[in-house]
Amino acid sequence: MSHAHSDAGAGHGSYGSYAIGFILSVILTAIPFAMVMSGQFSQSVNLIGMLVMGVVQIVVHLVCFLHMNTSSEGRWNLVAFLFTVLIIVMLVGLAIWIMVNADMLMMPWMFQ
Amino acid sequence: MSSTVMHSNHAVAHDDHAHHDTGGNTVFGFWLYLMTDCILFASVFATYAVLVNHTAGGPSGKDIFELPYVLGETALLLVSSCTYGFAMIAAHRGFKGQTLAWLAATFVLGAGFIGMELNEFHHLIAEGFGPDKSAFLSSFFTLVGMHGLHVTAGLVWMIVMMLQVSRRGLTDRNNTRLMCLSLFWHFLDIVWICVFTIVYLMGTI
Amino acid sequence: MFGKLTLEAVPFHEPIIMITLAVVAIAGLGIFGAITYYRKWGYLWTEWLTSVDHKKIGVMYILVALIMLLRGFADAIMMRGQLAIAEGASQGYLPPEHYDQIFTAHGVIMIIFMAMPFMVGLMNIAVPLQIGARDVAFPFLNSLSFWLFVAGAILVNVSLGVGEFARTGWVAYPPLAELGYSPGVGVDYYIWALQLSGLGTLLTGVNFLVTVFKMRAPGMTLMKMPVFTWTCTFTNILIIASFPILTATLALLSLDRYLDMHFFTNELGGNAMMYINLFWAWGHPEVYILILPAFGIFSEVISTFSGKKLFGYTSMIWASGAITVLGFVVWLHHFFTMGSGANVNAFFGVATMVISVPTGVKLFNWLFTMFRGRVQFTTPVLWTLGFMVTFTVGGMTGVLLAVPGADYVLHNSLFLIAHFHNTIIGGAVFGYLAGFTFWFPKAFGFKLDERLGKGAFWCWITGFFVAFMPLYILGFMGMTRRLNHYDNPMWQPYLIVAFFGAGLILCGILFQLAQLVVSLRNRESLRDVTGDPWGGRTLEWSTSSPPPFYNFAVTPTVRALDAFQDMKERGEAYLRPDHYAPIHMPKNTSAGVIIGLLGAVFGFALVWHIWWLGAVSFIGMIATFIARSYNEDVDYYVQPDEIERVENRHHANFAAPRSVLNTQPVAEQI
Repeated sequence: MSHAHSDAGAGHGSYGSYAIGFILSVILTAIPFAMVMSGQFSQSVNLIGMLVMGVVQIVVHLVCFLHMNTSSEGRWNLVAFLFTVLIIVMLVGLAIWIMVNADMLMMPWMFQ
Repeated sequence: MSSTVMHSNHAVAHDDHAHHDTGGNTVFGFWLYLMTDCILFASVFATYAVLVNHTAGGPSGKDIFELPYVLGETALLLVSSCTYGFAMIAAHRGFKGQTLAWLAATFVLGAGFIGMELNEFHHLIAEGFGPDKSAFLSSFFTLVGMHGLHVTAGLVWMIVMMLQVSRRGLTDRNNTRLMCLSLFWHFLDIVWICVFTIVYLMGTI
Repeated sequence: MFGKLTLEAVPFHEPIIMITLAVVAIAGLGIFGAITYYRKWGYLWTEWLTSVDHKKIGVMYILVALIMLLRGFADAIMMRGQLAIAEGASQGYLPPEHYDQIFTAHGVIMIIFMAMPFMVGLMNIAVPLQIGARDVAFPFLNSLSFWLFVAGAILVNVSLGVGEFARTGWVAYPPLAELGYSPGVGVDYYIWALQLSGLGTLLTGVNFLVTVFKMRAPGMTLMKMPVFTWTCTFTNILIIASFPILTATLALLSLDRYLDMHFFTNELGGNAMMYINLFWAWGHPEVYILILPAFGIFSEVISTFSGKKLFGYTSMIWASGAITVLGFVVWLHHFFTMGSGANVNAFFGVATMVISVPTGVKLFNWLFTMFRGRVQFTTPVLWTLGFMVTFTVGGMTGVLLAVPGADYVLHNSLFLIAHFHNTIIGGAVFGYLAGFTFWFPKAFGFKLDERLGKGAFWCWITGFFVAFMPLYILGFMGMTRRLNHYDNPMWQPYLIVAFFGAGLILCGILFQLAQLVVSLRNRESLRDVTGDPWGGRTLEWSTSSPPPFYNFAVTPTVRALDAFQDMKERGEAYLRPDHYAPIHMPKNTSAGVIIGLLGAVFGFALVWHIWWLGAVSFIGMIATFIARSYNEDVDYYVQPDEIERVENRHHANFAAPRSVLNTQPVAEQI
């Protein structure tokens, strides 16, 4: 019945992997929320903290929930994902760079 | 064509069968679709980032975001990811009843998330901070609402899957589809991480 | 009840439109009557409209593309006619509001509804055959893609008779495209036509990537894939990476127009420049989506008709890959003048110049493939040679425009218009026409008439140069795009010459129509009995022409690049097995055509604000999709005796010349 799963292109975990993923996610969500809500940290510390936690949590989700791996069945999924990340970095990064530069030249008062 | 003939053909034509729409192809194709969805969200995130300071005299994120509420939404979504994972484990082991129960739990959690989001939107609009008030509010509503629409689509899909599993059981086709929905659901959770980090947390500091 | 739709939406006072509509109506009635008279509706429905066969879907794509080519070209020659006369006191025959719709429709149709479906059609016909597959990975999805594209095409054409089309240019920049400046339904038609066909394109991209990555014949490693399959793969990667950006951008524009939001408006913090930014983040990859498959076609054609393997196969693949990635970091060159400053402009200017390097690599590869080959000057080769000359000119003017300083002078001038027609006609369209001639016998079982094909080529290429070289000069003289009238007598002679160029291209198109008719009439003498009319090198030529619905009776095993050439050299090309195994095939389905047509209704309803109809058709689309997901009767097995019958018929056709075939390609008889 479930033999089709073996070649289903993406793995599926165990209770253990979901539990680990869940606990890590709770911690990684709680930390940045606590940091911001406590109001004790400077803006830059907050910013760095939440971005690092966010990226780590995304990786946790990818590994524990989406079971992304480097096995031969999963490899194309991984390649597709990494390419997408590359495109997103170029797209978002360059788009914001373009717009910020345009705004700086045309609406300098917004940056004072 | 009788089913016995079909069956013997399966053995003979195994090589040809592998050439067709097996679960692996479907899941890979769905994965590629998810990648396109990532880029769709990335475009809207980029727009949000560009327009976030264009409040046009209206409220900024600091004025309207309530972090405890967002934390509640996050909790619902995170737990629903976990329950969906359990549904997948049950499906893999062939336990139909358990699968349906975990799917139902996931559905309730997801519906709760949507309910909270609608409530948040309703409050903002009632206070006069609707999406037509400023570019910032337009992009906020659109970004968060787009995630909400995806979750809603996931809920509709979940109903269809529950009906199909209860009618036909955990067949190969249904297992493949459950796997796709699993990817979709976990993927939406990842998008939500980006939403609460970039929209709510960064908007509050 | 009917939203904004009233009888006044039909432009009764515009004689040009009404005459066009009358002609279309008469032709449509004629076709409808003919199908009814010959009782072909059932055949049409079961064999074509509901087909999930990639070859038939490909043929339908190209048919729609050719019809849209006629429509888009009619727009083009109307504009050239207007500009040839509208100087000084003469106002020409097209009023501004009509002229604006024409140049918008011309751009949208030629890019989205002519070039894209032509490319996707060729990909549908050739790619599964080239990799030795029986069909694409998701045959139903392929049918759905086609019908969503048709829904978009229907909307564009309906806008001619009901309401209006956008007057914004094909890019629909806000704030002009916002409700305040375009209160009519034109922009809404534009939005929904592009959204529907864009969704279809996206699904095609996913479908073909899975097909190519998961369904190649045994032995065909990635670096043994035919070049055309490779370039289509890069195109599909670009599709899935860039079309979501278009979807998002148009969705934001529609939120502005429908829900009074402020993404791109002038008021309340909207930023129209973000639209331009996002639009071209899709728009630039889009031009590589169009050109890469054409590069693949040229490679196949040059290699086949030079009787040699392609020079620098590996470098060709890597060059395509480099173009794919670099294609994502050059989009700002479409708006250097927006004002992002020197650093940003310099980065994108340099990136744009860099991207011409891999393209140059390709040109040298084609040249070296011909070098010391026995080149046969067939029609596809003529298109290829014409491309190499024309595209080089277009590429060089592109590098010129990549210099931000020069672009400040030439931005939105006719120089730009000449440049991109130079690359899209001389690159993409010539490629598709080469591919059309090249694979026509594969799709239909007979070749196209060579003499008329050559006539078409010479008209097209001379017409192209006569029509567009004056535009380069006019650009330097300061003429900007999208003018419908001008007050400078110096420009008029060039515009008259350009009009004659468009007339020459018209002759080319007429030659092509004649070629189709004559070839159909002489199909017996042009018959391709072997399945290999050109001495082909790749797997699509190893099966019959047209191929049986299951493509290959036995899945081929690949040992080398140019797999079929390798088989011919080993003498294994036409060997038959002792017995055939059953073949697993998908069943036809009407779900694709139903969802597509409901999509057209959905778009129409939203254009006219007929909310109930929009809701009903949207629910209908979802319900049809879900109902289809319940249907488990979607496939069947072709039995060995049927395969045997089909194969016997094919092999009986050329039993006599078979022994000769293995040693000597038939193409030399041409």
